[in-house]
Amino acid sequence: MAEFLQFCFSGLTVGSVYALVALGFTVIYNASNVVNFAQGEFVMLGGMVTVALLAASVPLPVAGVAAVFVAALVGLALHRLAIEPARGSSPVELIIITIGASIFIRGVAQVVFDKQFHKLPAFSGDAPIHMLGATILPQSLWVLGGAGAIVIGLHLFSEHTLVGKAAAATAANRLAARLAGIDTTAIVSLSFALAGAVGAVAGILITPITLTSYNAGTLLALKGFAAGMLGGMGKPLGAVLGGLLLGLAEAFGAGYVSSAYKDGIAFIVILVVLLSLPQGLLGKHSAERV
Amino acid sequence: MTLLVAENVGIRFGGVRAVENVSFAVQAGHIFSIIGPNGAGKTTLFNVLSGIYRPDSGRVLLAGEDVTGMPPHRLAAKGIARTFQNLQIFYGMTVVENVMVGRHLREDRRIVPSMLGLPSAARQNRATRQKAREILAFVGLGDPADEPAGSLPYGALRRLEIARALALEPRLLLLDEPAAGCNPVETAELGELVRSIVRQGVTIMLVEHDMRFVMQISDRLLVLDGGRTLAEGSAAALRQNPEVIAAYLGRHGAREANPALS
Amino acid sequence: MRALLSARWVTLGVLCLVIAALPLVFPSSYYYRVAALVWISAIAAVGLNILMGYAGQVSLGHAGFLGIGAYAVAIGPARFGLNSWLCILLGALLSAALAWLVGRTILRLRGHYLAIATLGFGFLIALVLANEARWTGGPDGTPVARVSVAGFRLAGPVTWYWLSGALLALGTALALNLEDSSVGRALRALHDSEIAAALAGIDVARCKLWAFIIAAVYASVAGSMLALFDGFVTPDVASFLRSIDLVAMVVVGGIGSSAGSILGAGLLVTLPQFLTVFAEYEQIALGLIIMLVMIFLRRGIVPTAQQLFAPRRR
Repeated sequence: MAEFLQFCFSGLTVGSVYALVALGFTVIYNASNVVNFAQGEFVMLGGMVTVALLAASVPLPVAGVAAVFVAALVGLALHRLAIEPARGSSPVELIIITIGASIFIRGVAQVVFDKQFHKLPAFSGDAPIHMLGATILPQSLWVLGGAGAIVIGLHLFSEHTLVGKAAAATAANRLAARLAGIDTTAIVSLSFALAGAVGAVAGILITPITLTSYNAGTLLALKGFAAGMLGGMGKPLGAVLGGLLLGLAEAFGAGYVSSAYKDGIAFIVILVVLLSLPQGLLGKHSAERV
Repeated sequence: MTLLVAENVGIRFGGVRAVENVSFAVQAGHIFSIIGPNGAGKTTLFNVLSGIYRPDSGRVLLAGEDVTGMPPHRLAAKGIARTFQNLQIFYGMTVVENVMVGRHLREDRRIVPSMLGLPSAARQNRATRQKAREILAFVGLGDPADEPAGSLPYGALRRLEIARALALEPRLLLLDEPAAGCNPVETAELGELVRSIVRQGVTIMLVEHDMRFVMQISDRLLVLDGGRTLAEGSAAALRQNPEVIAAYLGRHGAREANPALS
Repeated sequence: MRALLSARWVTLGVLCLVIAALPLVFPSSYYYRVAALVWISAIAAVGLNILMGYAGQVSLGHAGFLGIGAYAVAIGPARFGLNSWLCILLGALLSAALAWLVGRTILRLRGHYLAIATLGFGFLIALVLANEARWTGGPDGTPVARVSVAGFRLAGPVTWYWLSGALLALGTALALNLEDSSVGRALRALHDSEIAAALAGIDVARCKLWAFIIAAVYASVAGSMLALFDGFVTPDVASFLRSIDLVAMVVVGGIGSSAGSILGAGLLVTLPQFLTVFAEYEQIALGLIIMLVMIFLRRGIVPTAQQLFAPRRR
């Protein structure tokens, strides 16, 4: 039982990060139909920029906020410099552009920072909290709480602000939104910046637990993508659910089956899901028109 | 001889009954048209007949054989070809290659001889290309055969789709709004083309909005409304049918359709 | 037809000419080595182009087959005493069988879904190669026995230059023949409209599967060549970034064009060699090239150039 609970804790912690990565995917996908493979680099930037600023004696909260801004700016630049000029490309061409962008960002990070692994101090100490025979790190609570806050914040933003509603309208029908006077290009830019910020927060929250380095983003992007698809592309709630499920599957798979194949579990899950429910858990079927 | 029979065909999407309980029979050598207002289920019915949709109920018989729910490529092998309302051209290929694709089933499709480029493969390519050119000439597209398909004007693309369908040497050809976007001259030429296809022994089913065109050319018509059969019969019979006039043709349509008879 | 035929022979003729003439300008054996790497990568790229360029189906996990081919010639001779040439064949067969098994299901998916499924598949192969250390030597890799023909050991960049060059010419010829055949037309047709292709009698699922299998065999053979040439192999050969490299070769050179795939391989393999002095900047340059080509030369280098130089007739 204690073991079971332990796996739940670690699964939910990692799953929250996947959920945030998947949420970043979803925000961009909904606004622009682009699958952004550079989403993992936002997470990496969040961690690495905070680490670098901390090393320059900037206090942690300030460093964190600055890192979020940097990632948001990178997201904005990604849209303005790489996605917008390629308007009209096919989905797969856009995927390849974002992959190129992720390689580029990774390359820059390698030059600007270094190739070492880095750690951030835990926000409120490293003393594990005991609970029903299992332990949980205080940082895990930060991750869970932070992820929850972002999910709720994004929900409130999209339901209760004018900009959020404009974004929803853009997602539903870009042309109609433009005809209604919405600056859809600005909305899409905003979605890239938002995805960058969400990714960076995930990176800052998780770095005290998992370490980070210039190429920490790749695997996270792949797993976040898998999580997003698991929940059904373009569904914020699905992204969160998919991320948490993936985290739990990994934790239990690593605990009970094989820790060597932990990183493969996401892909086994996604292959099984795609082949049995091609639209994801929360997706719905749409008939093709001829 | 009856070539195609639909028995109580029905299909629904979600809760919407797109086609419900539709039955009809198409005689070989006829031009059989399906008419009805937008959303009547005409194209949906075509999609069922050509295997794109599987009907939820009912049967489709081709020359007595039950072909219900067969996938499109197998129906093509059984002799059903079709064109599309919104064009489905292979834009990455030349005009003649588009038609050559239609010869697929008549060709040796083994991988290894194709990749080795054996003389037999070259011979087959020549024969297919020759046949495709003949068909293009037949539909009046002989000249631009080696141009990219995308360089053709709209009306020519509609003919190209017909040529590609004819390349299958089908028994039954389904034409989905072939006259859409055509001017009166082009429509008249199209009528000639359709008639000459029938003379070659191909049975034709037509979905069309141009009432004058359908009324002139069809041996029999099926009128759909809201997914159900409203009426079926010859053009002359339908023109007298008060239900059809009221529900579909309207006053304007009736006026337009009448001179077509006289 | 003459136009198509001649295009086929021009591509092949230019390729053979380049392979034959390049050594004339090589100042050192290092250049043979780089060129051999280009030819080997180009074999995989030409194969992937059959799947991506002809049939329009993306694979973000194709390096997995590279890995299977590479480890086939590493494990077969070392563990089972099998002949290395036989192992190239066995690797190709294994890749084909796996492609058949996996492709039957995942090729039903489209667009993003196919992208993530192939990505996952490639990732799992790389993971198995890294984890099954008893067989593969684990993350540190394993040595590959040298091959010999009639007692003559095939070693050295010059030998491999000619060997891989000849194999590339053969692979390109096969791909070009396929393009202008019944099956090739079927693949290009389903690329544009699966529904119209199916109604023309094309068994779309089967054709996609064939393209996947053929591309897998090309990659597997290239992987075997790479391992035999290097004399060593690590799971890195099957990594996600390798898959992206392959996709980039096809796309940068010009999707659908075998000549483009070869050119793309040339660019992406030689680039890091030029940048060895600035090894740190390699990823930056790679990322930039991919983005710039996709944004400004959307159809890739070769088709764009063809369009520029072709006489316009309309």
